[in-house]
Amino acid sequence: MSFVARSLATTLAVAALGTATLWWGSDGFTAFTSETARRQSVLADPRPLPATGLEDQDGRRFALQDYAGKLLAVEFIYTQCNSICYSLGSTFRQIYDRLPAQALGRDIALLSISFDPQHDDPARLREFGRRFGADGEHWRIVRPANARQLPALLAAFGVVVIPDAMGGFEHNAAIHLVGRDGRLQRISDLDAVAPFVDTVTAQL
Amino acid sequence: MTLPLSLTRRQVTITLAGSYLLLALPATRAWLEASMVTHMLVQMPLLVALGAIAALQLDARQQKCLLAVLGGPIACLTITAFASTYWMLPRALDAAIDGGLTEAMKFISLPLLVGLPLALAWRRLGLIGRGFVWTNLISMLGFLGWLYIAAPVRVCNNYLADDQVRVGWLLIEASAAIFACWFGTLFCSSKAAQIEPAGHALPAA
Repeated sequence: MSFVARSLATTLAVAALGTATLWWGSDGFTAFTSETARRQSVLADPRPLPATGLEDQDGRRFALQDYAGKLLAVEFIYTQCNSICYSLGSTFRQIYDRLPAQALGRDIALLSISFDPQHDDPARLREFGRRFGADGEHWRIVRPANARQLPALLAAFGVVVIPDAMGGFEHNAAIHLVGRDGRLQRISDLDAVAPFVDTVTAQL
Repeated sequence: MTLPLSLTRRQVTITLAGSYLLLALPATRAWLEASMVTHMLVQMPLLVALGAIAALQLDARQQKCLLAVLGGPIACLTITAFASTYWMLPRALDAAIDGGLTEAMKFISLPLLVGLPLALAWRRLGLIGRGFVWTNLISMLGFLGWLYIAAPVRVCNNYLADDQVRVGWLLIEASAAIFACWFGTLFCSSKAAQIEPAGHALPAA
């Protein structure tokens, strides 16, 4: 084979292999960021969540798995947060307001989980809940009862928390829907309240 | 093109290996990967540069041989283009910081699939070929910079939004600086004359 022919063949092989790698690395050219990949992966294959003990704004202890059989809307917050968590709080408020009242508690509950359990004691969780009008019953503000269970919980949800320059945190904020089977089935944008509520009501 | 240094090959090899190991140390990795700026604009270019220097420290015959094995300059440039594109995916950057398989792939592919083939191909490229590489690099850096500044979302879950904007501006500045340098060299006839004629450089079939 001449050098030119061999060069052409190698180039084509490299291009084919390279395209395949890019295809594989972006889930068929659909997910270029890890956030998109996380959402698509959950939609395609709902994820089981680890058994996690939680403590709510009134100091009551329970387990994430106690909600099995119900739908569960989950957001991750920290109470010192002023920017994104403010949107999170008000997003949850809107979801809470739009859900059929009779379904709350019976078919669906809302959890705002703090990823800063050292700082966010029940008093601070209560204050956060009061700010957004959480009822403390069907919408509870909670923290992991044991901080050591936090990394596994965040990893299962695919939530990455990084400290920012102002002593706070940045995280990939979103609204998460856990199905009746206890699996994380959907992750939506904060501003996608209406589609999120539609998804929930379709399963009531 | 060989290294314009008076170091012996042995010294160059040791320096290369030492630099590579230094970059691969967990402490160095954690330090450079803590910010998107140093991850993308220091660690990754250094890995590419190590691969390129490794190629250039081979003697002319070895370079020629390796280039022929890899299928010539066009195939080499294609390898570089695909491998560098892969590492432009924000998702790849996110995945490459946990010290796992993706991180290892980054440490292997950036020197061997970006720097090395580019350096091997470079001496065989004419003015047009080099211009192609430069214009691609300039437009890619500029586009990526604009994307990072204009994106309404954080593209990497592991990096701060501020960091992303800073990288965006630095990419645009780098793009402009590279354009200025490259444009400047076009006016230096001595540089242009150094390029070997492509026909002369092609190895026998």
